[in-house]
Amino acid sequence: MFALLPIVVVAYLSLTAWNGLGAPHWAGLANWRALVHDTEVPHGIRITLLLTVVSWVVQTPLALLLGVWSAGPQRHRAVLSAVFFLPLLLSLAAIALSWQALLDPNFGAPAALANALHIPSPNLIGDPHRALYVVVAVLAWQWVPFHTLIYQGAARQIPTQLYEAAALDGATRVRQFVAVTLPQLRHTVVASSVLMIVGSLTYFETILLLTGGGPGDATEVLPLHMYRTGFVGFDMGYASALALLLVVVGAGLSVLIVRASGFARMDSDREGL
Amino acid sequence: MNRRSRPLPARRRRPGGLARAGRASGKLGGRVPAAVALVLWLLVVAVPVYFIVVTSLRPADAYLSNGALPVPTDLSLDNYGRALRLGFSGFLRNSAIVTVATILLTLGAALPAAYAIVRNRSRLVRAGLSVFLFGLAIPAQAVIVPVYLIITRLSMYDSLTAIVLPTAAFSLPLAIVVLTSSLRDIPDELYQSMELDGAGNGRVFLQLVVPLSRPGLITVGIVSGLNAWNGILFPLVLTQSSRWRVLPLGLWNFQGQHGTDVPGLMAAVVLSALPMLALYLFGRRHLLRGLAAGFSR
Repeated sequence: MFALLPIVVVAYLSLTAWNGLGAPHWAGLANWRALVHDTEVPHGIRITLLLTVVSWVVQTPLALLLGVWSAGPQRHRAVLSAVFFLPLLLSLAAIALSWQALLDPNFGAPAALANALHIPSPNLIGDPHRALYVVVAVLAWQWVPFHTLIYQGAARQIPTQLYEAAALDGATRVRQFVAVTLPQLRHTVVASSVLMIVGSLTYFETILLLTGGGPGDATEVLPLHMYRTGFVGFDMGYASALALLLVVVGAGLSVLIVRASGFARMDSDREGL
Repeated sequence: MNRRSRPLPARRRRPGGLARAGRASGKLGGRVPAAVALVLWLLVVAVPVYFIVVTSLRPADAYLSNGALPVPTDLSLDNYGRALRLGFSGFLRNSAIVTVATILLTLGAALPAAYAIVRNRSRLVRAGLSVFLFGLAIPAQAVIVPVYLIITRLSMYDSLTAIVLPTAAFSLPLAIVVLTSSLRDIPDELYQSMELDGAGNGRVFLQLVVPLSRPGLITVGIVSGLNAWNGILFPLVLTQSSRWRVLPLGLWNFQGQHGTDVPGLMAAVVLSALPMLALYLFGRRHLLRGLAAGFSR
């Protein structure tokens, strides 16, 4: 009721002019015409997709390797794993605001390091060209532990006999990883990637607190543009049109993953999620 | 291993985790780079955490003069007192209520639904599953405008219920997917033998389904709980008074009003992490096992 009915309502609202308080007025296709001419829209889509793809490329290998490593029996593993999972204890808001303070160009860590090295302080978060990568880094810091946990759990389920057999055949540890671990974790990679990509649309909350979409519009992802239109600018009709576009982008992403992974056969003997 | 065969239920516990074979074969191969990489990642994780904790203990005036990184010479707990005076205990309570209610509501709705999907082979129920799968693809922000409309029309605006209902609704798709796959592992013979013993549907549900799907339930509980605990969008749009403010909004608000009081903010951040720390220490074993069972074969 809170997920499907709203889609219908959104479609209707996108054809109206509404300020969120009174009654919606019929406006026909005016919002859609505005959307076609809005330069923020292609920019927002580009940033959104870029962020999703770069985040996946950064987070998946990191989480996979960390997860597999922490499932093994090495020394110091327990202590290190405990440290690696620390970010999980912090809420999204706590992480975004802490990083904002840490990266503060005047009082934060970059300033402290630059002072020590006697170079001018780099303004990481206020530079339009760098801000997006700062966002990627903070998101990775926030989410890698969660996916590491998933991979760790899955790696522990791999039957030991497979490794014993591989070792008997003289496989090195790298070879064992490629020939045994990766194929065995195939479904987990799919599950984690689905969570990551569906979740990447919620990155907007972190961005809202970390950069507010700035500097300028360097990190203005599509959902953020929509939120501001609707709840800061009170143009609910146009926000609804943007929201429908967002549904299309989200559904498109999901279909893409489903196609890429064979996830669609899930109603039979799916072993993934 | 034949991939097309029915998967074994992922509940066979291996004592002592993995005893990897082939230790001796990899002579330092990859050992040094791996160690370097691990130490690097350790720093990446530990430095911000160090910053948060140390800053929260710094006297407020020392932060601006000494900067972020040096080890403080005098520690104080003043920042914590200030954060508590600004109402953080209330925000903590609100967040806890929202999180627990969301978990209960999600599990209460998703488990019966998953049970129906697995046990009924009818077309209608199958269609229900596809509807929920479609729900996976809908981002919450996309329907925030109509959700706002619905909540205001139901006159729930500015209450904790206004946060819990949509948050739980958006946890459902994933919950149903996870629970459906864990219920599917229950062999039909078990159902049949219970029916032979004359157990009704309700009893089958309580005595067979609930205990056997526990790992899946834990997984779903964790994920939906994290969503509720972290959620910013729904509280931001659906509540307004400080009485119903949840932790994330409390933090954001604090930063907006006392922008230069970084030590105070960091103290609030540490306070907001304490309940999670307690939960983690308390339920680590369950958590790991639940996640493993929910996301692996």
